[in-house]
Amino acid sequence: MIDDSGPIFLQIAALIENDIVSGALPEEGQVPSTNEFAQFYRINPATAAKGVNTLVDEGILYKRRGIGMFVAAGARDRLLGRRRDDFRAQFVQPLCMEADKLGISRGELLAMLTAALDGAGPEDALNTDVVSTRGRQHHE
Amino acid sequence: MSEDVVRVTDLTRRYKDVTALDTISLTFRKDRIYGLLGRNGAGKTTLMSVLTAQGFPSDGTVEVFGEDPYENEAVLRRLCFIRESQKYPDNFTPAQAFRAASLFFEGWDQEFALRLAEDFQLPQKRQIKKLSRGQLSAVGIIIGLASRAELTFFDEPYLGLDAVARHLFYDHLVRDYAEHPRTVVLSSHLIDEVANLLEHVVVIDRGRIIMNDDAEAVRGSAVTVSGPAGVVASFVSGREVLFEERLMNTASVSVRAQLSVAERREAAELGLTLGQVSLQQLVVHASLAHSGGGMAASQAAMSAFEAEFTEVSR
Repeated sequence: MIDDSGPIFLQIAALIENDIVSGALPEEGQVPSTNEFAQFYRINPATAAKGVNTLVDEGILYKRRGIGMFVAAGARDRLLGRRRDDFRAQFVQPLCMEADKLGISRGELLAMLTAALDGAGPEDALNTDVVSTRGRQHHE
Repeated sequence: MSEDVVRVTDLTRRYKDVTALDTISLTFRKDRIYGLLGRNGAGKTTLMSVLTAQGFPSDGTVEVFGEDPYENEAVLRRLCFIRESQKYPDNFTPAQAFRAASLFFEGWDQEFALRLAEDFQLPQKRQIKKLSRGQLSAVGIIIGLASRAELTFFDEPYLGLDAVARHLFYDHLVRDYAEHPRTVVLSSHLIDEVANLLEHVVVIDRGRIIMNDDAEAVRGSAVTVSGPAGVVASFVSGREVLFEERLMNTASVSVRAQLSVAERREAAELGLTLGQVSLQQLVVHASLAHSGGGMAASQAAMSAFEAEFTEVSR
């Protein structure tokens, strides 16, 4: 949902990206209208439009005149690629820093990761919080 | 380019020895939602009164739809002003007030008004003077929304309304605005509640405009940096500090900054946490700074101020 964590249009863009990555919004599928976003999240329609247009500018969404907004072919792969790049900075680095702070040794950390990878069923993996912040800046 | 609905140039409004508005210039563009924010007595209501021809400028010019609004029926029919304490003829019922509004406003949607009355659980056959404070506010909100006036002012329209009813108002405002775009000026103390509805923010303090900016630009103009006090201090050095808090060795400092990707990464590597500053905090800070506070407002003053801003009239 919308919170104070940054400009609202970036949050809207991130929410749409999440749905594309998760498959909830399939490629060539139609995206809700900016008015639908505005009503659902109770935000100004112009702000919602700005979020959607950010993704249009990046080629993730495209417009069909008079019909609406759709997910571009290849959008999911491109988003996945970007998220994988961000994964290190957003998750791996903080993990290592925190481990260091707690005096967890390299061996212990690796053992924990291995155990987590072995023990975690697909259920648990899905439950991890995928609502990540967008790994880039708001460019204006 | 979008068309200007309101154009104010060097507007001054004096009462005997008080200058309520001091050489204000601003424009409101077509089909946007504006927040008109500021402390009590800042001049918000005076400005809206002058724009709706219920008061005159002492100096300067006011144009609404390109004309002087004063005694200008053609202009006045296109705008709607819902005051904080809107008065209605004594024996009117809400149904009669809606009927009167339907005769005045060309865009009036009676069916929408009835739907709103039902949502707000407003007894339509009861005399207005016998309504509760909240029900009276609901009458104003319904007229403001159902009039669909091209320029609609809501001046603290929710006196006596509980949180549920206020959110009903916000929901209807967003939905109806999306379907019937128009210019809306919303004056409110409840900045956090309305922040996401606004496209543009105008803040007035002691008769002057101290902020006039795109809401998203304001929101993105500052960042809060938290972490070990020494690390925070060196990270924010050289930046304008808006406010700061400190507890033992942990500091949380809000600075005016738009951090680059590299700066964000650096902050993360230093073990600092970054957070956003809310629109309300930024508005409060701007008002405090204008009132002649120090460089960085102390947290106590900040809290007191914020309390004043958010105080819900009952």
